[in-house]
Amino acid sequence: MIDHNSPVTEDELHVYVDGELAADRRAAIETWLANHPEDAARVAAWRAQAEAIRARYGAVANEPVPERLTLAYITRTRRSWAGIAAAAAVAAFVIGGASGWIARGASASAPSEMEVFANEAIGAHRLYIGEVRHPIEVKAEENHLLPWLSRRVGTALRAPDLSTFDLKLLGGRLLPGVNAPAALFMYESGSGERVTIYISRTTEPRTSFRYKVSDKFGALRWSEGGYGWVVSGPDDKPRLKGIAERLYEQLDIRTPASAPPAVAPPNTTRSSADQLISRRGS
Amino acid sequence: MSFRQDIEAAIPALRRYARSLTREAESADDLVQDTLVRALRSEHLFHGGDVRSWLYTILTNLNRNRLRSLARRPTLTSIEDDDAPDAAGPEAGGRDIERALALLVEDQRTALLLVVLEGLTYREVAEVQGVPIGTVMSRLSRARVQIKAYLDGERPALRRIK
Repeated sequence: MIDHNSPVTEDELHVYVDGELAADRRAAIETWLANHPEDAARVAAWRAQAEAIRARYGAVANEPVPERLTLAYITRTRRSWAGIAAAAAVAAFVIGGASGWIARGASASAPSEMEVFANEAIGAHRLYIGEVRHPIEVKAEENHLLPWLSRRVGTALRAPDLSTFDLKLLGGRLLPGVNAPAALFMYESGSGERVTIYISRTTEPRTSFRYKVSDKFGALRWSEGGYGWVVSGPDDKPRLKGIAERLYEQLDIRTPASAPPAVAPPNTTRSSADQLISRRGS
Repeated sequence: MSFRQDIEAAIPALRRYARSLTREAESADDLVQDTLVRALRSEHLFHGGDVRSWLYTILTNLNRNRLRSLARRPTLTSIEDDDAPDAAGPEAGGRDIERALALLVEDQRTALLLVVLEGLTYREVAEVQGVPIGTVMSRLSRARVQIKAYLDGERPALRRIK
């Protein structure tokens, strides 16, 4: 109790109300409150708020859980959902046909996390490709680029070799991301065209490739194994598709082939989206 | 306990948290259902840690997406109906706190509810929200100041929009 008489901060009052205060400081706070009626009133008000919130919603936890929220029900129906999702992905590929295999547009309902994600990526792309002097934070030649971004993003990143597309890695930068830090890699072609790759964690387990045009930029996105990827560049679908496939191949190396697919393919249509992509990519 | 048993055990609390976020039983249970579906789908991605915090994280993120999509479709946003029947507790005090919570910024509301309703520690809330503990504390502080102001009578114009 070294600081028995030190003034009590507002933070400490919150900590006290929420029961996180170290026991040896509690007595000091109580003494303080006895002598500072304004603080005592605040503490009382906060406690009353907490009580009111618990009185309002606490009983929900005692209600019987509806059947649709039981794991038994969800696992029973999940298989069919997975089938529908995989079948939809396959259908999109088939419909795409010769003109391309990219599913256009997303569901008409609420924007998925990956849509929000793609918008972030396009925003970053638009902002940073315009930068002449500082398009990146860390140059490709600097050894710490990949370790640094890998650490912040939370997975071992590698910057793919895109020389077959006449693209050279300039470097990368760290961005806030939607849920977690995001890495942005920037590439530049001989003619000065810039392409970015955006990577971050996502709760969206696996989604097929989707193409989106925003302004004059194109963005191809997908998610896999807890990470989302967005390739942005000039609106040139075949080219971005080629780059994405190249990236996807490298992703395949990183993820063991034995890893169970997040979405099980239905028994009749074995050619799930990703198998198609890797076959085309090879 | 196994992974699935941990999830199963958390469902009642997830329903409570979701109800306090959406203030409406049906959307709340939709949110819980989405959370559970995602949790099961991502089972192989879960490498230890606290299942409960992880579920709160998913639910919090899904709710943020939900609010964003509501914000983009203002015609579909139902302004809370004061007279809507609600099984949770019709007393006036409950309504007041409900309105006070509704006026908070999402991150502040989430922080406060996770602490006082769900009993998470500041550290756990920081993980759920992906911010430092200091940020959680300032969110809590602002939430409490605003609720107090509301309950003390400084009620903003949102009082009765029908």
